[in-house]
Amino acid sequence: MTQPVSPPRDSTGKLPPVDRLPAFRGLLAHTDVRTLSLLGVLAVLVLIGGVTRPDEFLDTRNLQLVLTQASVIGVVTVGMTFVITSGGIDLSVGAIVALSSVWATTVATQEYGFAGILFTAVLVGVGCGLVNGVLIAYGGMVPFIATLAMLASARGLALQITDGRTQIVGVRGLLDLGERDAYVLGVPPLVIVFAVVTVCGWLILNRTTFGRRTVAVGGNAEAARLAGIDVRRQRLYLYLLSGLCCGIAAFLLIVLSGSGQNTNGNLYELDAIAAAIIGGTLLSGGRGTITGSVLGVLIFTTITNIFALNNLQSDVQQIAKGAIIVAAVLVQRRTASTP
Amino acid sequence: MAPEPPLLSMSGITKSFPGVRALDGVDLDVQAGEVHCLLGQNGAGKSTLIKVLAGAHQPDTGTIRWRGEEVTLRSPIAAMRLGIATIYQELDLVEHLSVAENVHLGHEPTTAGFVVRGKAARASTAQLLKRLGHPEIDPGRLVARLSAAQRQIVSMARALSHDVRLIVMDEPSAALDPDEVDNLFRIVGDLTADGVAVVYISHRLEEIRRIGDRVTVLKDGRAVAGGLPAESTPTRDVVALMTGRSVAYVFPERPASAPEGPPVLEVRGLARDGEFAPLDLRVRPGEIVGLAGLVGSGRSEILETVYGARRPTAGQVLVDGTALRPGSVRAAVRAGLGLAPEERKAQALLMLESVTRNVSVSSLSRFARAGWIDRRAELGAARAATRELSLRPDAPSAPVRTLSGGNQQKAVLARWLLRGCRVLLLDEPTRGVDVGARAELYAVIRRLADEGLAVLLVSSEVPEVLGLADRVLVLREGRVVHTAPARELDEHRVLDLVMEGSPAT
Repeated sequence: MTQPVSPPRDSTGKLPPVDRLPAFRGLLAHTDVRTLSLLGVLAVLVLIGGVTRPDEFLDTRNLQLVLTQASVIGVVTVGMTFVITSGGIDLSVGAIVALSSVWATTVATQEYGFAGILFTAVLVGVGCGLVNGVLIAYGGMVPFIATLAMLASARGLALQITDGRTQIVGVRGLLDLGERDAYVLGVPPLVIVFAVVTVCGWLILNRTTFGRRTVAVGGNAEAARLAGIDVRRQRLYLYLLSGLCCGIAAFLLIVLSGSGQNTNGNLYELDAIAAAIIGGTLLSGGRGTITGSVLGVLIFTTITNIFALNNLQSDVQQIAKGAIIVAAVLVQRRTASTP
Repeated sequence: MAPEPPLLSMSGITKSFPGVRALDGVDLDVQAGEVHCLLGQNGAGKSTLIKVLAGAHQPDTGTIRWRGEEVTLRSPIAAMRLGIATIYQELDLVEHLSVAENVHLGHEPTTAGFVVRGKAARASTAQLLKRLGHPEIDPGRLVARLSAAQRQIVSMARALSHDVRLIVMDEPSAALDPDEVDNLFRIVGDLTADGVAVVYISHRLEEIRRIGDRVTVLKDGRAVAGGLPAESTPTRDVVALMTGRSVAYVFPERPASAPEGPPVLEVRGLARDGEFAPLDLRVRPGEIVGLAGLVGSGRSEILETVYGARRPTAGQVLVDGTALRPGSVRAAVRAGLGLAPEERKAQALLMLESVTRNVSVSSLSRFARAGWIDRRAELGAARAATRELSLRPDAPSAPVRTLSGGNQQKAVLARWLLRGCRVLLLDEPTRGVDVGARAELYAVIRRLADEGLAVLLVSSEVPEVLGLADRVLVLREGRVVHTAPARELDEHRVLDLVMEGSPAT
């Protein structure tokens, strides 16, 4: 019987290079350039904000606001990063956030209070992710089409539930989470949730078998299958994860707005994809970075904030966002070709 | 030598990539109407050289003269305008376009400059295909529906659709059957008779002898010999130039006593409709069983079906007497099977990832507790496995794409070694592996067998099967026509069997 491996023996007599974990070598060095450039962009934005609106922008309340706004889309982006890393795409995230937020805020659900709302939001998110995952992994549907169908149906269902009305939340304990009294050392609870999701996401992607399999499936699905990885089950789990993130995001949105609306999460899919891509996750799969995605989210949210403070209209914001996406991808292509 | 300047003259070409000097002052002269063979191990700089010639890479220094005049090949289009066409090994056809559309891609015959004249394109394509000896390929057919050999013909038709003076062929015979190769050589002969020059790259020395006029040997980015006569230069000299050693293929010795004991892998009546007929075979621990046959004989299909990557229409695969769930790769892997597939890059490797991660991917759960990977253990085990196979460079974090073909294959073998697999299925294990590295790979495979692995080997190179395997099954059109110990067979006998297919006795 073959032993798995016998101890190393070096015939050349040369000493091998010092043991170092791969992440601390080329890979991280490479990621570092990327991360540093994103941090640079963020620093420039903060500088612009500080110069144009010195009193308002750097105010603690404003920074808390920026981070809070980043939290909702940020949680969605973490899930999206996993899906894109695996070579997939989830166009339904915005619609799932909308459906989860209205389902969790119906009169019937609100009777179960805080826990009922949280439970429902998460469950609806996971449920939608399950449908996406089954269609894609076992139904053989292309992710783009399956999640596009989910986008349409979830939005429709959200409209049907609310009939276009805003569902005000009357659960005190939940609303208190958004109040200043609930801040922990000046940090809003929503931001803490975002931070926890980010850290978990990073650990899962970089330190677990789940993360490794995600990257393998995205890098070469056929090779992953022939290496003995259950590619279909992995895909199912990935869309479940994205749905779970949408459910959490919907809950954050309910806390933030004190209501559930069928128009919630509008165009979140585009924001989340854009943030992941400018962060350095490959749209074709095989490489993903949670750090980059989160920085991407922060960059976009900061821009929105600076524009709002300077009373610029959203049309200008949109143009600026588009330009940044183009610039970021061009810069990345340059850095990728000169390792 | 003719007094007129050579058709192509490259001199002092250098090209560096970050960290690598791919070409280090290479000279190459090609005369009109000759077949100039380019030989060299993987990484010797052949691909870089032909990319420079195709205008895909710009050289750092050096001059290129075309019919005596200095030229700069700024882009593939510039090279094509001069009459230089390149047929790459990985064919660059658009699968969802028709044959004619592919042939005329980029220079479609048009009316008023933009309306494509489909009929004219198909007619001229049909003519080209006829000239190439393949009038049966329908110009209107989608390329996705063609066989590998047919695609190669289409690629060649595309090259000929331009007014070519020089065609570069990068291992054109790799995916072809012997009679297809004959046809290829006939085409090459026709071309050179018309005064077209051919730069021919191949690993197969016997081919170079058959059609080559002169040989240039590359080693480590330098031309170590230029313009050797292809027919009369002794093989030993050529191999010595390529490797710096004077050894051709060396096959490891077989163990003195035949392996005994119950088979670890047993295949009973395994079949797939339209691919291969019911097949029985047994492989014992320590034994290497070879499947010999032509392209299309069902070799790869058999291996992939045994591995569960294809669902059989009949029959069973048993490991240690226990039947595996049919059509399940995971069941096969769990039972101890490991596959080194034919298309390494497409089917086995994660090209963006490091060597370590490529090696550990099938054994992740072994290094994980509750899904959490112990990266130190992973690195240590992966490194032990790659050292066991002397994978070079000994750098676990090196991206696997920077490795040579032979070392990439070792990374795949290390994956299964680490997994502790008991049956290795090898599909064309030395494809894209250069001559020098082959012998080492053969030794590795034999050693793994000696340590108790059962090996099922598939190869289109008959000497490889005969040299490496203990027992050989000869396949013809999906059917086993002969089974014998390897030492009782020789290459001619096997070739007779695969061509003639005298019934099994």
